[in-house]
Amino acid sequence: MSTPALSIQQLSKIYDNGFVALKGIDLTVERGDFFALLGPNGAGKSTTIGILCSLVTKSSGDVSVMGFNIDRDFGMAKRHLGVVPQEFNFNQFEKVENILINTAGYHGIPRSEAIPRIHHYLKKLGLWDKRDVMSRALSGGMKRRLLIARALVHQPDLLILDEPTAGVDIELRRGMWDFLSEINQQGTTIILTTHYLEEAEALCRNVAIINHGEIIARSSIKDLLATLHTVTFVCDLEKPLSAVPVIDGYECTLTDALSLEVEVDRGQSLNAVFVALSANNVAVTSMRTKTNRLEELFVTLTSSKDAA
Amino acid sequence: MTQLRNYEAQATDFGNPNWVALQTIVRTEIRRFTRIWVQTLIPPAITMTLYFIIFGSLIGQRIGSMNGFDYMAYIVPGLIMMSVITNAYANVSSSFFGAKFGKFIEEMLVSPISNQTILVGYIVGGVARALAVAVIVTGLSLFFTDLRVHNVFAVISIAVLTAVLFSILGLINGIYAKRFDDVSIVPTFVLTPLTYLGGVFFSIELLPSFWASIAQLNPILYVVNAFRFGILGVSDISLVWAYGILISLTLVSYMMALRLLQNGAGVRS
Repeated sequence: MSTPALSIQQLSKIYDNGFVALKGIDLTVERGDFFALLGPNGAGKSTTIGILCSLVTKSSGDVSVMGFNIDRDFGMAKRHLGVVPQEFNFNQFEKVENILINTAGYHGIPRSEAIPRIHHYLKKLGLWDKRDVMSRALSGGMKRRLLIARALVHQPDLLILDEPTAGVDIELRRGMWDFLSEINQQGTTIILTTHYLEEAEALCRNVAIINHGEIIARSSIKDLLATLHTVTFVCDLEKPLSAVPVIDGYECTLTDALSLEVEVDRGQSLNAVFVALSANNVAVTSMRTKTNRLEELFVTLTSSKDAA
Repeated sequence: MTQLRNYEAQATDFGNPNWVALQTIVRTEIRRFTRIWVQTLIPPAITMTLYFIIFGSLIGQRIGSMNGFDYMAYIVPGLIMMSVITNAYANVSSSFFGAKFGKFIEEMLVSPISNQTILVGYIVGGVARALAVAVIVTGLSLFFTDLRVHNVFAVISIAVLTAVLFSILGLINGIYAKRFDDVSIVPTFVLTPLTYLGGVFFSIELLPSFWASIAQLNPILYVVNAFRFGILGVSDISLVWAYGILISLTLVSYMMALRLLQNGAGVRS
């Protein structure tokens, strides 16, 4: 069995001010996975990523990237790791292409070999026309794509993206999804943190949810969603209702005269809802889930932990 | 694949620096100070020209000779070293702090570069600017006096060693700096007074014995006098002492800067 792309054991971090950011977490991400690391703000996601790329010093624990320990095999671990940070941490007074050439150089890749590779990513990420532009002149979306190009320039086996689509418009976000799916299919393991849970649901196969410095859930997205006991559907009605229709075994709420929310437990049938509504002469024009299913689960998990 | 293995070997073998990474840092540093040449190369040229005119030509004529040389010739070596010191220090402190402030220092920190390579890269950048300014100032001084080099080895070695030492000190300042003000405090309140009191404009033989002894605690005195020996062949202090102190300070400050980088001081949380 091959070594995992990422192995974290008993990782903890206590900052100088006494704040415990990570409480001995264990996490394994297999090679080739598209993995979501989710959690509310301040949960410990960025601290974990910071430790992986050595911007944050861990208090204890072991971390290996592609089998290389980040303490003992520092160079090899970093050789295999690419990171797209949340913040724009490139030189704003440097040209786009130079930023990528410098990053390649820091990884020991000679300029002559780096340039064709850089041109490939500039074209692929729609930055080709901006290669001679100062990076500060790029739009927010372009800056995000520059961060991705920079993380890929040394062709890492493990790519970590810390909220890569924050502030990016829908069209660009979809384009990034396609690009990330493509490089994942080519063999790059991807770990994604995001606040857009539909993004995680659409892209990732496995997920870990971190809250207050602890992993509170770790499974495949499919299995995790299967634990969801109740899904709330919003039915858009053809005609306004003045009273909530009664459907045996289902809890219904009328949020406004044309919107009916129906809670459906796991194992219950939606057909029964429609049969009951038809019997009451209620016509449904369209239907959607109230929230993204993963989002619903995420809120349930993180809030129950908070309450505890 | 063979090429890949080479990168991997470079990335992990800290006994040998990663040459491509080192070249990248040096190229970036040199490009930085040459791109903003109006801020980095022109001001020392103007300042030193004013020193040559005011202290050398105007006031110097009334002072007469110092240690057997006319005053203009006497102060030129010190003024060249003053440029080397301030520019080596300023280049590295501002560049490193700028990279910290703009967070693009993280580009290096997340890469497989050893701290040794980062340190050497910044030092070479500081030395390059210091020597570029030294050449400019030396060229300007030729409009005011005849310079004959007494000892080429002393001139080159002292200039390079001084640039290395003050580049490292600039880096240490950059590591500790949290605000832009922190980068200017040491040059303003420490370097400039020490330089003025370091025998640039006078021989310590002119000082009362007590103050002459105190002056010998100033490392810049050794730098200025050793360089003056290289140009004019005269010095207030022993050349052996000057090399000893300069090399010792350079080694100690190098180890200190390396330790700070290894501990992630100022750059890692």
